[in-house]
Amino acid sequence: MKIKKRRLSALAVLALTASVALTACGSDDGGDDGDDGGSGGGGGGGSSSITMIPKSLGNPYFEASTAGSQRAAEEFGGQVDEVGPTGDAGPDSQVPFIQTATQQGVGALVVSANDPTALCDSIEQAQDVDIKVVTFDSDTECRDLFVSQADAQGIATKQIELIADQIGGAGDIAILSAAANATNQNEWIGLMEEDLEANYPDINLVDTVYGDDDDQKSFDETAALLRANPDLKGIVSPTTVGIAAAARYLSTSEFKGKVALTGLGAPSQMKTFIDDGTVTAFALWNPDDLGYLAAFAADALVKGDISGEEGDTFTAGDLGDYTVGADGVVVLGDPYVFDSSNIDEFDF
Amino acid sequence: MSTLEKTPSAGPGSAPRRGPDLAKVTGDLLRSRELAVLVVLLLLVVVATVKSDGFLSGDSWRDLLLTPSILLLLAAGQMLVIITRNVDLSVGSTLGITAYAAGDLMSSGSSPWVAALGAVALGALLGAVNGVIIAFGRVPALVITLGTMLAFRGILLHWAGSDRVNAGEMDPGFLDLGTAQVLTIPVLTIISLVVVVAVGYYLRTSRGGRELYAIGSDPDAAALFGLPIRRRVLGAFIASGALAGLAGVFWATRYGGVSSNAGEGIELQAVAAAVIGGVAIFGGSGSVWGAAIGAFLLVTIDRVLPILGVPDFYQQAVVGALIIGAIVLDRVLASRAERRLAVEREVAP
Amino acid sequence: MSTPTIDRAVDERTYASYARPLLWRLVATREFAVFALLAIVYVYARGSIVGFDGPLTIYFLFLESAPIMLLALPMTLIIITGEIDLSVASTMALTGAMLGIAYTKWDLPFLAAVGVAIVVGLLCGLVNGFLVAYLKLPSLAVTVGTLALFRGLAEGFLGTESISGFPERWTDLLKDRIGGDSSYPLFVIPLAVLAIAFGVLLHFTTFGRGVYEIGLNDEAARFTGVDIARTKLILFMLAGGVAALAGIYQSLYTVARGDSAVNLELQVIAAVLLGGVSIFGGRGSLPGVLAGVLLIAVINSAMRLDGVRGEVTEIVIGCLLVASVIAPTLLTWISGLVPGRVPRPAAPPSVGTTPEPPASGGSSLKS
Repeated sequence: MKIKKRRLSALAVLALTASVALTACGSDDGGDDGDDGGSGGGGGGGSSSITMIPKSLGNPYFEASTAGSQRAAEEFGGQVDEVGPTGDAGPDSQVPFIQTATQQGVGALVVSANDPTALCDSIEQAQDVDIKVVTFDSDTECRDLFVSQADAQGIATKQIELIADQIGGAGDIAILSAAANATNQNEWIGLMEEDLEANYPDINLVDTVYGDDDDQKSFDETAALLRANPDLKGIVSPTTVGIAAAARYLSTSEFKGKVALTGLGAPSQMKTFIDDGTVTAFALWNPDDLGYLAAFAADALVKGDISGEEGDTFTAGDLGDYTVGADGVVVLGDPYVFDSSNIDEFDF
Repeated sequence: MSTLEKTPSAGPGSAPRRGPDLAKVTGDLLRSRELAVLVVLLLLVVVATVKSDGFLSGDSWRDLLLTPSILLLLAAGQMLVIITRNVDLSVGSTLGITAYAAGDLMSSGSSPWVAALGAVALGALLGAVNGVIIAFGRVPALVITLGTMLAFRGILLHWAGSDRVNAGEMDPGFLDLGTAQVLTIPVLTIISLVVVVAVGYYLRTSRGGRELYAIGSDPDAAALFGLPIRRRVLGAFIASGALAGLAGVFWATRYGGVSSNAGEGIELQAVAAAVIGGVAIFGGSGSVWGAAIGAFLLVTIDRVLPILGVPDFYQQAVVGALIIGAIVLDRVLASRAERRLAVEREVAP
Repeated sequence: MSTPTIDRAVDERTYASYARPLLWRLVATREFAVFALLAIVYVYARGSIVGFDGPLTIYFLFLESAPIMLLALPMTLIIITGEIDLSVASTMALTGAMLGIAYTKWDLPFLAAVGVAIVVGLLCGLVNGFLVAYLKLPSLAVTVGTLALFRGLAEGFLGTESISGFPERWTDLLKDRIGGDSSYPLFVIPLAVLAIAFGVLLHFTTFGRGVYEIGLNDEAARFTGVDIARTKLILFMLAGGVAALAGIYQSLYTVARGDSAVNLELQVIAAVLLGGVSIFGGRGSLPGVLAGVLLIAVINSAMRLDGVRGEVTEIVIGCLLVASVIAPTLLTWISGLVPGRVPRPAAPPSVGTTPEPPASGGSSLKS
């Protein structure tokens, strides 16, 4: 009896697990992506297949950039697929997706890197099989081209200008950042510190805290920040998740209207807080345009129109002509300031 | 029925069921783990108040009470499960799903009441999934809830996709609840405390509550005794799920936005709160008061460390050290008590 | 009323009963089911998923699953004794951080930095092992604590930094392939040596028999002369040491960062349990676990190639884990419903009549 039972058990495990795995493998509708990926590789072809890897899925900012890249793909007749880690954004979470794209032999990768160096080994492996790698939003050391939202200096200066204006040019401020390792965040913070030191002697940067681009953490860090620094005059949050969480905290607290908040935010999330007076102005570029430009840049690389050298020029649909700058950087433009006069015109 | 009082359990649980006299309660209290953790908690608050003037005033006071409300609920639910010698690692994912469900219901026009009840019911349902598999399959809770933690989170990610519920889509009255206060005490905290008291009352006085301790203390003896083990374990998991559902509602009102990663990793905090509060990880002993104070302590440490000048990054390390300190202390105290009992037995056979 | 059917199903051992032909004894095991499933999924993926039969698939599969494979080796032994170690991923991050700090901040030669990382890993294991083996604390609670502690230290030491720039000779070595262009990375060789070493240790030594005995019944193990505390301490230190190797690998392949390998311990445990190790201890084998690790890796890789989003893979692996645990119970239960098929006592469970020791169901739960 025991034997029989055991045999049956083993078979049941087999049957159950097999059915689970197989139905799941077969059921999803993603099958055709692979086909497209396989066919579009290499350079010089008529259409480019591009794999878009944002820092994480489910972030409205990257949602907009992917929409932009897909719009671009329709115009130049290519194909954009979005894959990426969900939830946690550890340094290694994007590696498997780059490897998968390498196996598929796509034409180009468009990546927003979670870490400046962690992805390099896998990116180099992709480049070995002639895949072009474009980074956008957040750079790595080993790509062919970086599509920058605005040059870092412009972003830093704009935010400091906004906060200085809102607190009257003097007092304590703090920064609410995203992950402590985020390349772009740390570069901006560094530039902001330099700018403050050089041009605003009366403004003190008292603290920098990290909300990890997580609603709850950013919210709680804002609360802790205000408690630890009772004299705080203003907060700069150069991340869309952070500024929205901070605004939400401020809008329900006694600090509303007393502590200024600015940074980089998405108009759709910030509208409520502009309307109720918690926030007067904040900045951002258009992530849709950013994705659009990155896709055109990737397409130009795949078709061999440009090689990523300084001085190369290409046309990005209705955004016009762009020139590759030093170190293979293409800059989208200056950040745009949103306030009560224009916020209703945007919906990303 | 009367024999149930003899079920082996430690802490306040071992007090007689009816009419505990004051002296005994005080005595229990002085020796209790709950008190020790409470003292640490109060010390932290005192130090923080000395270091930073505004710590007990205005928003800071409100947040001190408000922030733990979510973890309080989860810790109470986790405690119910742990005393039966199980564990529920899926509460974080359950919280995420229910919070999103509540937000989604409201953004599609339901009233906050419907949304809140729906979220709690959904939580109870997810808890029942765990409970049925564990109680009727007699399989280890650690494995099952690890599996459902992944599965529930996956379902949420699939359902929500890149969508998130923003503050603007939720009922304004519901959002105000997140910061509403009665006599400077936040409403959410009051609800959480009422839940904790209800759980504590149930565990202390009802037959079902005593049976939960009995099951965790010695499952085989409980089975021999004819206790409805499956029903009780299932009940504990449903309660844990429902409380996670309520915590999801709290999450939506407190943070005013729900994305698909809501509640990630909070399950370990819930377990940690219970362990720090003196709930034995292998069942049969501990109180919900301990778990509640543990939850308060964990959250408060998070707020106080920056004031004390400990960098943000070390917070996890401090929490870890605290958990280990708590269980080592338990072990030392227990072995001391054991030795004392052994000596007494030798002296007076 | 719990039925004896289910109790027995949970407690059942896999000592092959020699009453049956060899073929059956091989086929009717849990490990065989995992191997078969692995083969089915692999063949299915090769046949119907575009790109899976490419030369890079196996190569990336190993690159990606190497840390899980490493960590699964000692984890198997620990779970067989009825304990668990949730802190391995945090140990990985901490040792990676120490490697980076020793190499870049203290300017030690690379191999000395590797030594520092391994020593730190062993120390982490020593802390866990001491608390579990000698203070007799529940490993679940201890390692939840050290999970937070080690992670906190790693994040505290590194702060916002991520350290890279290790010597190219070593980072390139990771990417090299056996024979220059086969689809197996070079480090599969040390990995295999380590796996065989653990396999021999578990299946062919007195120490390994002791590991099983502790998991089956630690009282009995003590009477047969197994030094329980020493065995557990050694296992936790092995786990720490191997986690250091995984941490070094991860730092070389990506970077050393405080938040690397978050939640990896759950994947490791899922793979070990999927491979047929009983969470109650006393049952399981290393080949089964390796098949479990590969199964998860193949499913991940195939589904990603197929364009399936990550969360669906998460659901599949979660369900697979649950299904693999409840399947034996469910099947025994169903076969018990068929009247006259399996005769068994009708009486309610009684500890006295159960052949196993009373607390066998909770033997993993002993403190």
